[in-house]
Amino acid sequence: MRRRVFLVTGIVLVALVLAVALVSLFWTPFPAADTTGGRLEGPGAHHLLGTDKLGRDLLTRLMIGARIAVAVGLGAVALGAVLGGLAGLLAGFANRWLDDTLAALLDILIAFPTLLLAMLVVAARGASLASAIVAIGLAMSAIVARLTRVLVKRVLAMDYVTAARTSGVSWPRIVTAHVLPNIWPTLAVNLALQFGLAVLAEASLSYLGLGPPPPNASWGRLLQEAQSTVLTAPTGAIAPGVLLVVLVVGVNLLADGLRDVADPTRRGHR
Amino acid sequence: MSLLTVSDLTVSSADGRTLVDGLSFSVGRGHRLGLIGESGSGKSLTTLAVAGLLPPGLRASGTVLLDGTSVLGAPERSLNRLRGRVAAVVFQEPSTALDPLMRLGHQVAEPLRRHQGLRGAALKAAVLASLEEVALPARVARAYPHEVSGGQRQRAAIAMALACRPALLIADEPTTALDVTVQAEVLALLDRLATAHEMALLFVSHDLAVVGKVTDEVVVLSAGRAVRTGPLRSVLADPGDAYTAALVASARRLDEALGGAL
Ligand SMILES: Nc1ncnc2c1ncn2[C@@H]1O[C@H](COP(=O)(O)OP(=O)(O)OP(=O)(O)O)[C@@H](O)[C@H]1O
Ligand SMILES: [Mg+2]
Repeated sequence: MRRRVFLVTGIVLVALVLAVALVSLFWTPFPAADTTGGRLEGPGAHHLLGTDKLGRDLLTRLMIGARIAVAVGLGAVALGAVLGGLAGLLAGFANRWLDDTLAALLDILIAFPTLLLAMLVVAARGASLASAIVAIGLAMSAIVARLTRVLVKRVLAMDYVTAARTSGVSWPRIVTAHVLPNIWPTLAVNLALQFGLAVLAEASLSYLGLGPPPPNASWGRLLQEAQSTVLTAPTGAIAPGVLLVVLVVGVNLLADGLRDVADPTRRGHR
Repeated sequence: MSLLTVSDLTVSSADGRTLVDGLSFSVGRGHRLGLIGESGSGKSLTTLAVAGLLPPGLRASGTVLLDGTSVLGAPERSLNRLRGRVAAVVFQEPSTALDPLMRLGHQVAEPLRRHQGLRGAALKAAVLASLEEVALPARVARAYPHEVSGGQRQRAAIAMALACRPALLIADEPTTALDVTVQAEVLALLDRLATAHEMALLFVSHDLAVVGKVTDEVVVLSAGRAVRTGPLRSVLADPGDAYTAALVASARRLDEALGGAL
C-alpha cells in the first residue's frame, strides 16, 4: 500500500514537470529573450515569480528549464539504453576473450569522471543541448552496459534457457522470449534512476557554464546566475532548486513503483 | 545398437581437476538407468555432457553417442537436431527450470510449436492435453511459475520435456526439491509416462530409494568414478564397497521410515 502511494506521488511529480515542459513549447508568459522587466523584481502580479538581474521573467526561464531537463533526461536515457543495452547484450553473450575485453573497457569508462568526459565533448562540439545529451548519454551507456551484461549472464545461466536450448529454440528467439523480458524489470528501474542522475549531471554542467547557452538555459545555469544575488532575491535560487528536487525525487519514486509493476512475482504482494 | 552409449567419458575443469573420470554406460531403447551418488559426485555434469550442454569452462573427452551421433565437440546445429527429439532434460531445480516471467501454458507451448509445428487452436488443445497428461489442471496454463506449487512446477517441466516426444528422458534429481509425498507422485508419473511412451530414462538421484522406484539398473558414482554398475537387486543384496554400502544403508533407513518395500 505504501508503495502505491510512492508510485502515485512519483507519477504526479513527474507529470507536473512534463506538463510544464510541454506548455513551454507553445506558451510562456514572456518571450525567452525578453529583458523588458525591471532588474531583480520580486514576485508580483506582472512577473509571477519576479525577474533576474537582466530583467528576464523567472517563470519563463523556469519553464524553458523544465523542457531542457526533460530533453536531457530522455535523450541521455535513450542514448544510454540503446548503446549500453547493445554493448551489454553483446558482452553477456560473448565468449571469454571478448567478454573480458569489454568488461575491462567498461570498468575504465565507468572510472572516467562524467564531468571530465562532458568537458571533452563540449570542447569538441561546443556547448549545446546536444553536447550535454551526448556527454551524459555516453557516460550512462557504460553503466547500463555493465548492468545489462551481468543481468544477461544471470539469465543465460538459468535452467530454463538450457531447457529452451535442449528443445532446439534458436538464440534470437531465446533473447526475445526469455532474456529481454527477464532483464527488463531491473533495467527499466535502473534507467528511471539514470534519468534523475542525468538531469542532475546536466545541472552541474550548466552550473559550470558547459550546458546549453542562454536564453534557453537550464536550471543549473539559473542556479549559478542567482548565486551572487541569493540574499537579496532568493526566489531566483530557490525556484530552480525546488524544481530539480521535484523532478529527481519524482523519477526515483516512479522507479521504485515500476519495480513492482514490471515484476509479476512481486505483483499483489505487500 | 543402444540409444545412448557413453564410453570413457572424462570431464575436467579449467584448473585441471578431473570431475568425471572415465565413465562408461549405455541405455537401450525403452530401458532405464539410474545414476546415483552423493552430492558433488558428478551426476549433473554427466547428464549435461550427454545432452551436449557442458558449461564453457569445462572440457570433456571420451565418446557420447546419442542415437548413433557423436555429441562431444559436435556443432550446435547437429546437436539441435538431437535435442528434444532424441533426448530431453528435466532439471534439478524447479525454481530455475521455468521462466519466472512467462505463463506456464506459454512455456509448454514453445516446444510443441517447434517440434510438432502446431499453431492456433490446435496448439492450445495440445497444451491442455500436455498438462492433462502430467495431471495438471487446465487453469495452470494461465499461471506464472511462482503461483503454483513446486510439484506442479516440476510437472510442467516434465510436460515441456515430453512435448518433443523424446526417445530418452534425462531427469536430473527431478524430485529432490520436493517433499516426500509429492516426490512419490512425481516419480509415479514419470514411471507411468515412460512406460506409456516407451521412453528410455536416465534417472539421476543421490538417493537409492528414489532410484529404486523407477529403474532397475544403476551406476553408482563416487567422486566422478563409477564404483559399481549393475542391476539394482544385486547392488542391494551385495553392496560391495563401503561407499555403496553406506548408500544402501541410508536408503533402507529412509525406506523403512516411509514404510516402503526395498
Ligand atoms: N562449471 C563448473 N566448473 C567447475 N567445476 C564444476 C562446475 N560445475 C560443477 N563443478 C564441480 O564438479 C563436481 C560435480 O558436480 P555435479 O554438479 O555434477 O555434482 P552432482 O553429483 O550433480 O551433485 P548434486 O547432487 O549436489 O547435484 C563438483 O565438485 C562441482 O563443484
Ligand atoms: Mg546435480
